Amino acid sequence: MIELTVNGIKHRVDVVPEMPLLWVLRDELGITSPKYGCGVAQCGACTVHINGKAVRSCQAHIGEVAGKSVVTLEGLEKREQHPVLQAWIEHQVPQCGYCQTGQIMQAISLLDLISNPTDDEINQVMSGNLCRCGTYPRIRAAIHAAAAKKMAEK
Amino acid sequence: MGHMQTLSRRAFVFGSAAVAGGIAFGAYGNAEAAAPGADGNPLAAGLGANSVTFNPWVEISPDKITLIAQHADIGQGVGSVQPIMIAEEMDLDPGQFEIRFAGPSPAYFNTGFADEFAPFVAADQSPAAEEARAKTLEWLRQSGLQMTGGSSTIPDTYDKLRVAGAVARETLKAAAAKRSGVAVADLRTQSGHVILPNGTKIAYVDLSADAARIPPVLDAQPRDPSKWRMLGKPMMRLDVRSKVMGELKFGIDLKMEGMLYASVKLNPNKGQPLKSYDASKARAMPGVKKILEIKNGVAVIATNSWYAMKAVDAIACEWAPSVYPAEQADHWKVLESSFKPEFLGKEWRKIGDIEAGLKTGTRVEAEYRAPYVAHQPLEPLNGIGLVTDKGMEIWVGHQSPRFVQYVAATAIGLKPEQVTFHNQWTGGSFGHRLEYENVRVLAEIANQMKGTPIKLVFSREEDFLQDIPRQIAIARHRGSVDKSKIVAADLQLASTTPLKGLLERSGTPSQDPDGQLAAGLWNVYYDIPNFRATSYEAQGLSPSTTWRSVGASTSGFFTESFIDELIHAAGLDPMKARIAMCTVPHYRKVLETVAEMSDWKGPLGNGRGRGVAFVESFGTPTAEVVEVTVTPEGIRIDKVWVAVDVGKVVDPVNFENQVQGGVIWGLGHAINCELTYAKGAVQQTNYNHHEAMRIYQCPVIEVRGLENDPKVRGVGEPPVPPAAPALANAIFAATGKRIREMPFNKFIDFV
Repeated sequence: MIELTVNGIKHRVDVVPEMPLLWVLRDELGITSPKYGCGVAQCGACTVHINGKAVRSCQAHIGEVAGKSVVTLEGLEKREQHPVLQAWIEHQVPQCGYCQTGQIMQAISLLDLISNPTDDEINQVMSGNLCRCGTYPRIRAAIHAAAAKKMAEK
Repeated sequence: MGHMQTLSRRAFVFGSAAVAGGIAFGAYGNAEAAAPGADGNPLAAGLGANSVTFNPWVEISPDKITLIAQHADIGQGVGSVQPIMIAEEMDLDPGQFEIRFAGPSPAYFNTGFADEFAPFVAADQSPAAEEARAKTLEWLRQSGLQMTGGSSTIPDTYDKLRVAGAVARETLKAAAAKRSGVAVADLRTQSGHVILPNGTKIAYVDLSADAARIPPVLDAQPRDPSKWRMLGKPMMRLDVRSKVMGELKFGIDLKMEGMLYASVKLNPNKGQPLKSYDASKARAMPGVKKILEIKNGVAVIATNSWYAMKAVDAIACEWAPSVYPAEQADHWKVLESSFKPEFLGKEWRKIGDIEAGLKTGTRVEAEYRAPYVAHQPLEPLNGIGLVTDKGMEIWVGHQSPRFVQYVAATAIGLKPEQVTFHNQWTGGSFGHRLEYENVRVLAEIANQMKGTPIKLVFSREEDFLQDIPRQIAIARHRGSVDKSKIVAADLQLASTTPLKGLLERSGTPSQDPDGQLAAGLWNVYYDIPNFRATSYEAQGLSPSTTWRSVGASTSGFFTESFIDELIHAAGLDPMKARIAMCTVPHYRKVLETVAEMSDWKGPLGNGRGRGVAFVESFGTPTAEVVEVTVTPEGIRIDKVWVAVDVGKVVDPVNFENQVQGGVIWGLGHAINCELTYAKGAVQQTNYNHHEAMRIYQCPVIEVRGLENDPKVRGVGEPPVPPAAPALANAIFAATGKRIREMPFNKFIDFV
């Protein structure tokens, strides 16, 4: 049995320690916002926060995650009012939407590091998140809008 | 689907006189389709007590209103705009109805294919062309072809869903009139209610039982677009919020009681069987419940997808070899030798005297190439299947519901009607979810696991290996210029056949030349006095299928690159020459618009360059200008301008998103994507080998929608074909180097 905390709730799972966190979340705990896209950290669709940092959950073995705090998009504080999610809705970023939960988790992490990123800084941090539908212009616009919202809140 | 086999397209369009009545189903005849008899409405069978359905798209019960999305949502937003077209007419607001995807039924045949399938170029609106389209429409009706694709959702549903909504509204008013004794003329509707003159509101759901007892009002007319509340205005896609909140369940997110997980290893020599396998290692691995042999591979049943993927990876398989050449170089050789009469697809168009034209002035010749490319939507192929003694239930995101029934049933010896299909929201498709690799093996697996719901998820690697690619093609174009004019263009290509392949795998084989090989090749609207467009169909190569924009994705690149070379040889400006040569006034307007948007003034100089391309695909004329800069790190794409004429922009925000996405799709794959075969299998098995565009390469993309076309057109695919040639033409303008083969990064570096 491995114990882990996801979105503030403790879970015990009976899986091998090599199992990636992604599959524990999806198949064992039924938390489906982290998506399986590539399995090799090439797409970013599985991005979650571990101890506050954006991590590809397909690369984090559950044995190493034990005892750490995992937050998925479902567990974001004040999710309905979250400036990044609000900006994503206002700019209607998603097409198919499959990559967007990962994009959002990465963008939140970006804005925690750089409060008002330039396009170049957005490119650097967001280039690990693949969007096959091509919503990049909207992702950029939404990140700028979210940065402005966050600064207005302060 | 035998009825489709007997009604081949050629037999119908060119041969049959038995369908003279087909023309009746024009736009004006849609009320009839919007309210067929109960036997023609698939919703009638599942209707609860005191509930009503007026047509295959609207269902009202005492507790809710359900609107049916006939076309599959593959990210293009039609899960939103279809119900909104109905809601617009019904005076429903977002949130007042549920959306359900259509089940398999001929009632949902796609009228939107009529234009693409009829053998006339889109700009030809002559009586002969319209008559052929009407006949094609009748064939579509008789065949019941239910398919999402070909940028046809809006052309198919623009009239019929608004009529469906109007019929529902007027029938609800008639029911309210009967109940209240107030004349229909004195009733109005608003926000899900019929409103009486005294202000009393009757909710639609409260009228369901009454409405079920009266005949539907079939002569209801949709409103004039000037009266629209939602359509044509910036509106919120209905799926945006739930996608952003992570709440929307894609097919891959479903879970069922008692479900087990499956993963597969299939013969990468596409279409060939398994010879033998050794699963001794896999059997002992954690979570493994069972190892199954299926026709073209093996499956592992486990307690978790990851356990299944790991175990299936540990199975050693011996495969039957490929029937196509094992090595990529031999695929190209076959194409090179396919420009021969015995491989002729069709001479699609001939104008003037091509041989005489080619002898006039200065000759220009060029060869172009386009490789196999993968679809690889981010949600891998998946599905849940449950086989019982009664039949099979399948939950999978797919674009062709009736073909899913056929393929699944055929795989396990059932009749198509024994397969119950539940369509799902999907994480993209780009043509991938028109194929059946997951459907067929899921049926086989579930059949061996009777009574247990099985969730199949392809690993990304398996998805790449089984991805039936975009066609591979070579073009050999010849032309001539004389006295600053293009006097001849002889366009020839050899290609694999995407549409023919798909139809065959769908159980409806066609002997006709593949019409998609004409797309982007014959529909050239420049005033070129001597013109010919010919396709050759290469035999014995990899199966190929429809990839976002299909034939035009390769031919558009070939044609518009060659036109650019001819214009250059004639000493003309690429934009001005295209505008001057364009023979269709509202297509010329598209070019003029993109020239104005980009403030086109000729060469930029200083290591910068602009290219333009114009392609009509699926009836939608699209012009793009790409601007690039040469930097020490390579070519940087700075900006793209796009003008598109769709006749009517129904969902403006999503329209812009679709156009930008199409440009990014076209540019990204042109820059760095190809699938190559070695030992019969593709060598690219994850996104690091087949990346397309990431955000750091993404230019600013400015979009303008025009509404001059006499018909309402789709926009999912048309922005793709001009992107690659506009980029290649821009690189030529900046560097003097012509790139005639995709992917471009084989020849030049990109930032």
